Amino acid sequence: MRSLHLLSREGAGFVPPSTNDFNLPPVFGNNEYTTKPILLVFLSVIVVSVFFIMASRKAAIVPSRLQFAGEKIYEFVRNDVARENIGHEFMRFVPYLFTLFTFVLTNNIFGIIPLLQFPAMSHVSFPYVLAIFTFVVFHYVGIRKQGIRKYLKDIMFMPGVPKAAYILLTPLELATFFIVRPLTLSLRLFANMFAGHLLLLVFILGGDHLLKGVIGLKLISPFAFAFGIGLTFFEFMVQCLQAYIFTLLTALYIAGALADEH
Amino acid sequence: MIRTVNLTAENANPLIPHTAELIVGAIAFTLLFLVLRRAVVPMFEKGFTARTEAIQGGIERAEKAQAEAQRALAQYTEQLSKAREESQNMREEARSQGVAIIEELRAKAQEEAARITASAHASIEAERQQAITSLRNEVGAMAVELASKIVGEALDDQARQSRVVDRFLDDLEASK
Repeated sequence: MRSLHLLSREGAGFVPPSTNDFNLPPVFGNNEYTTKPILLVFLSVIVVSVFFIMASRKAAIVPSRLQFAGEKIYEFVRNDVARENIGHEFMRFVPYLFTLFTFVLTNNIFGIIPLLQFPAMSHVSFPYVLAIFTFVVFHYVGIRKQGIRKYLKDIMFMPGVPKAAYILLTPLELATFFIVRPLTLSLRLFANMFAGHLLLLVFILGGDHLLKGVIGLKLISPFAFAFGIGLTFFEFMVQCLQAYIFTLLTALYIAGALADEH
Repeated sequence: MIRTVNLTAENANPLIPHTAELIVGAIAFTLLFLVLRRAVVPMFEKGFTARTEAIQGGIERAEKAQAEAQRALAQYTEQLSKAREESQNMREEARSQGVAIIEELRAKAQEEAARITASAHASIEAERQQAITSLRNEVGAMAVELASKIVGEALDDQARQSRVVDRFLDDLEASK
């Protein structure tokens, strides 16, 4: 990092990656609907749909490899995320949670797939959309289950707390349910993907730039690349983890809205 | 560093959403949701149900077969023990019957022997009686004949006497 810093200060021409690198020009002409992240999002829809339709089409008792792989992912969301956290009503939410997990996971993993190599979730719009969906879903579920009055009352006036505490608790609870939850949900995903991609850019572009420098810098270059490759594996882990966390938190919010007392 | 700051300032804030992306994101997600809910989730669930049923059915079938085998075994065991008991009984009966038969035969043989002995005794007795009777008759006749001969002839003479006796004996022999 120090060498990069020195380099740029000396004016050797290295431009460190910035948010600018996330604003890619449209792939086709000047249409803002053909930027790389948008195309990747559509690609993810096709990839996920095709994969799971192929995997689930036969629904055989003795599964093929493909069916087995699809079932494992589905079972993970169904049993470990939905059933584990939501309880007996979980089946209603499995399609939503399953879509959420596969959609986020695929778009995240696109960040390290050669040629694609861009995580769409590093564009904050997509996490926003998903967070809004989750926001709507869990509030809707809570209101449907308990009625709007009881639902809001439970949020604002947490049962079993001394009355004086409501001065502090009520604004906090309201903020939690209507601002903090959707915001943290989307920003967590966005920031992880954004930072991860930026990190990879730093090491790969840096290594590339070092390779063009003097002989001493050339020798450092492989380390930058090696680190970049190592970080790619790390990124894969983060990508899976973030998809899981997003889905898990959504399941927990739904479970909370379904529960009689918050 | 200053330049970087400037670059950032030029760019849009990364936290400000892009309208096109919001629309696309919503449409793409909804599309995927509809596809997965309609085509994938029911199929996976169907597969799970079928698998559960297959396993359940297999277990039930196995249990039924086992119960049947158990029942058959019990039945066979019972039959076997019954057969054993029966054969035991039959042996017992045969043995007692054999004893009875031997006993009966022995009794019969003894009876027969007694009967034979008795009949032999009787026939001997009859023959003896007959012999006694005939002997008595003959001795009587001979005694009468001898007496008449002795009476008929004068018994004064020793020689004559002995002659008479001799003749009697000769006659006796000749008549034999």
